[in-house]
Amino acid sequence: MSLLSGAWIIARKDFLVEVRSREMIYTTLFFAVSCVLVFAFAFVPEGKPIPNAAAGVLWVAIAFSGTLALGRAFERERQGETLRALILAPIERASVYLGKLIALLALMAVMEVLLVPVIGLLFHAPLARAPWLLAGLLITGTIGFASVGTLFAAMLVRAQSRDVLLPVVLYPLTIPVIILGVQGTGLIFAAEPNLALAGNALSMLLFFDAVFVILALWTFAHVMRD
Amino acid sequence: MTAGNRLAPALLIVAAGMFLAAPFVIDTAPYESTMGLVQRIFYFHVPNAVLMILTSTLCGVASAIYIVGRRPVADYVALSAAELTVVLGVIVLLTGPLWARKSWGVWWAWEPRLTSTLIMWLVFSSYLLLRRFGGAGSELLAAAVGIFGAVLSPFVYWSVNMWRTLHPTTSVLPTLPGPMAGPVIWCSVAFVLLYVAVILLRVRLESARTTLERAWLLLEED
Repeated sequence: MSLLSGAWIIARKDFLVEVRSREMIYTTLFFAVSCVLVFAFAFVPEGKPIPNAAAGVLWVAIAFSGTLALGRAFERERQGETLRALILAPIERASVYLGKLIALLALMAVMEVLLVPVIGLLFHAPLARAPWLLAGLLITGTIGFASVGTLFAAMLVRAQSRDVLLPVVLYPLTIPVIILGVQGTGLIFAAEPNLALAGNALSMLLFFDAVFVILALWTFAHVMRD
Repeated sequence: MTAGNRLAPALLIVAAGMFLAAPFVIDTAPYESTMGLVQRIFYFHVPNAVLMILTSTLCGVASAIYIVGRRPVADYVALSAAELTVVLGVIVLLTGPLWARKSWGVWWAWEPRLTSTLIMWLVFSSYLLLRRFGGAGSELLAAAVGIFGAVLSPFVYWSVNMWRTLHPTTSVLPTLPGPMAGPVIWCSVAFVLLYVAVILLRVRLESARTTLERAWLLLEED
């Protein structure tokens, strides 16, 4: 079985579980929107948002709710004691990682599609200024964040105090991605937008995605062998 | 006592002598026209910063070797290198602002070199937190963090050349005038000797600690 068809089987399993329970999408979306609301109280004094607040709040909400989803995705496997079965399945180990990553990316994409309009509404962000560039930044940024997150969430399943350690490990490693995401999005939303520089942030994000995914695939295959 | 055991104390003695002489060697360098006395932070800041980048790379390489072959000594080297990255990072992040205050008028600026150094310091601090609180099997997890952390080190090094920054670029060091280059080389050699000695001792300590732990476990089993 090829790498991708194995990954698709794992991802489809996670989609099915999620479609039936809708647990993760409801909880992460609710959490992300609550986050944005809390920030809106702080950063929209007297109805006028602070400059550049929208981009920062958007990415912080994505990172926080993404962490929540990551923890839950592997907690499910731990509770059902199915992680061993996943590792023992007659597919390549990299497929397990890719499948989990694809499922998580799909979940985060749905969440972002609903979250971005909320940001636009509360922070007066001009979402229609460069929609494709914005989508590109969100997609590449989310891949960068989730690729590292999936690896460490999987590895932390059996560790003590995993709930605390996941953000401790994840945030420092993904700060470069978050910084580029915030910078790129901020340049689109700014009063004087600079789309060429935002495009530069996008290409840097693509580079980080490639490095992170390749490293994570290599590490996952070597670490998950016992 | 093996040759390896004698090497670390010998290195420490030479390094201590060099550090004692360092103020006098640094004093031979001319005063920099705009920075004055504060410029002399440079002679400690730069060797530490270069060593920090190198030692993070060492941690990454040792971690990768450990992940592939599970040789304990690779893990000890990775742990020692991670600890030293954090220690060197503290020195770099403390001496840097002293320079920045005089040169730029602020203690800290969110520019690429400073930000990337801080991120790298955070990554290796998280490595140590993971080792401390991760429980059994945290070596593998930490090794993965070490690999990802090492990937950031080229960015720290080249950040000053890739983006427009306040921080001097990497071309400063090779183009230093002779009287200033001497003290830099002197301090760099002293720090490298101290660094190698600390790594050797730390690896030996970790290996002894593991052996002792295993002995305790065996004793309890009987």
